[in-house]
Amino acid sequence: MKLRRNIFFIVILTALALVIDAPKNFKLANFTLASPTINIGSFKRDLNIRQGLDLQGGTEVTLEANMKDIVASDRSDALDSAKEIIARRVDLYGVAEPSIKTVVSQDTYRILVALPGVTNPEEALALIGQTASLDFYEMPVATDSPTYADLRPTGLTGKDLKKTSVGFNSQNGKPEIKLEFTEDGGKKFGEITSRNIDKPVWILLDGQILTAPTVQQAIMDGKAVINGEYTTQEAKNMVITLNAGALPVPINIIKQQNIAPTLGETSVTDSLKAGAVGLALVALFMIMNYGWLGLIADLGLVIYGLLTLAVYKIVPITITLPGLAGFILSIGMAVDSNILVFERMKEESRKGNDWLGSMELGFGKAWDSIKDANIATLITTFVLFNPFDWNFLNSSGMVRGFALTLFLGIAISLFTGIFITRNLLRAFFIKKL
Amino acid sequence: MSNKLTILQPMRYWWLYFAISVIVIIPGIYSLVIWGLKPSIDFTGGSTIVWHTLIEESALRDIAKSNNITIRELSNLNDTYTLTTNHLTKDAYQQFKAKVIDAKELTYDTVGPSLGAELIQKTFAAVALAATLILLYIAYRFKSLKFGVSAILAMLHDSLVLLGIFSLLGHFRGVEVDTLFVTAVLTILSFSVHDTIVVYDRIRELKKKHGYLDFDEIINRAVVETMGRSINNSLTIIFMLLAMYLMGGETTHWFIFALLIGTISGTYSSTFTAAPLLIAWDKFSHRKK
Repeated sequence: MKLRRNIFFIVILTALALVIDAPKNFKLANFTLASPTINIGSFKRDLNIRQGLDLQGGTEVTLEANMKDIVASDRSDALDSAKEIIARRVDLYGVAEPSIKTVVSQDTYRILVALPGVTNPEEALALIGQTASLDFYEMPVATDSPTYADLRPTGLTGKDLKKTSVGFNSQNGKPEIKLEFTEDGGKKFGEITSRNIDKPVWILLDGQILTAPTVQQAIMDGKAVINGEYTTQEAKNMVITLNAGALPVPINIIKQQNIAPTLGETSVTDSLKAGAVGLALVALFMIMNYGWLGLIADLGLVIYGLLTLAVYKIVPITITLPGLAGFILSIGMAVDSNILVFERMKEESRKGNDWLGSMELGFGKAWDSIKDANIATLITTFVLFNPFDWNFLNSSGMVRGFALTLFLGIAISLFTGIFITRNLLRAFFIKKL
Repeated sequence: MSNKLTILQPMRYWWLYFAISVIVIIPGIYSLVIWGLKPSIDFTGGSTIVWHTLIEESALRDIAKSNNITIRELSNLNDTYTLTTNHLTKDAYQQFKAKVIDAKELTYDTVGPSLGAELIQKTFAAVALAATLILLYIAYRFKSLKFGVSAILAMLHDSLVLLGIFSLLGHFRGVEVDTLFVTAVLTILSFSVHDTIVVYDRIRELKKKHGYLDFDEIINRAVVETMGRSINNSLTIIFMLLAMYLMGGETTHWFIFALLIGTISGTYSSTFTAAPLLIAWDKFSHRKK
């Protein structure tokens, strides 16, 4: 029977959501409850709730690259290099889930860096804000196990590099890295290579060894090739990092937001408490107004909450305060579909329809307004989220977080408000017979 | 024309509802024109510092002055200072903080001056785009420009109410308008339309069923029939928001308040602005003929 199948589906779905929603390490008597960790191919989720910066504290900065001295065609490459270098430094600093994004609009080139959980933002920023430094080192005295102490700077730096690109060896077709030096740099490089034949030259980025190719012959024309066992991707990455040193883009902080972790914590508990109280009021209101219909709607609402949390964990969605507000607002809209239906049912039963008839008619007739009304809201979430990164619209993380939770809220509430509540009501009605 | 099916005729007083709207909106518009909105650093550029420190206010002001920092605003609540200053560079901020020895940073926000203008531009773009898309959607679904335009007017009514109240709050209570507020406005726009569509949908349905009735009559019935749902639905949202407003975190306090105002205004406008607008439009176009 169709109804039995639907109810079965709802039960399974709810159970699944419950498993996903389960907190980590929740102790219950002798058992430890925990949501599983998903690991299917490239789809990996630890099913933890991701808290945004405003909830767990941390720092968010918007950096703007000054592209004044860089030719237009190289600008986006330069920005990518800068991003690469910042990501590398953030990794070194050790941030759990950093987010580093580039935003290009018209003539502005920006990098958005979010460092959740960072307690000393100034220190982290000092590290990021430096201009990348690429240096060439040599080792005058050869040793069997060389250390950093044996290296000597050659005076050749990233500034002397004119261009780095990926090429392919004309003989074996393997990818290689082509370096092109400035006139001045070429001269220096010529001297270095002539005195280091058959010895390695070390290329260091921010004091970390990038690569150490061995010099095969003196190179006087300022054009060098590094060939090794690179894959194309490796060669490409190397070029990006080399360029980061070669193209030191001056970076300015244009926006910064530091939030102390404790502040976020109180906000979360306050908001959650408020949400719970609000939800309880809504549930009570529904029961008072619609009796056991309201009770079923409340049950639908609980399932709605479970499903939403599960989706948050799977996507995963970073929950911020505005995001939380979006979620709570969507609860209001979830209840709305129920109210629309119930009011319709009342009308239909006043007209003399029997209970089951009024219910089916109520759902059927309310659907038009529910659909139109929610599509209008979906249009707004679309504009707020700005999925295509249109330049003329906002792309701030906060607004997007809000739009995303509101969008998911509406989508899931349409499902619970129509499909789940309807089937629960049918089941309830048949039992009543 | 009288009809026994109609009990209440709330739309007979459509001019009264417009009058109420005007009375609410006029002080807001006055305030908007005279005082405008109080923009946060999101719009103007600048820095907002929240520190916990035991320093005296006058000493703090002196340090700021000696560091060439202009304090636009300063408030102190239980040794938690909130300062709004000109846009500080990283070094300027660190030097300032180093001099206030026991300063414990709670939050620090800084926004470069160029970003502000951009935000205003983008906000207008977002409102215009959302309004146009919704207008098109409604006009398409209801096969009439009249419905689309009236819904958008009701939506503008709600944003005017919201902007007006925040302008007054800004002037008298120092409440600032920030990115979150922009989000609230956009949300309210969608809520307002959401609510209006439910009323319009009923009008469309009644028109199909009782085509012989007067347009006025149909709107009257639609309004009466959707009133219960409208109030119940808004009450649930208001419950949620009220709980959040009274108990929720400080950060979202005014955000929630804006949503609250918008919800109330949105509920009112769907029934008492969007529906009577249709009547007024109808009467006006008849008179012209």
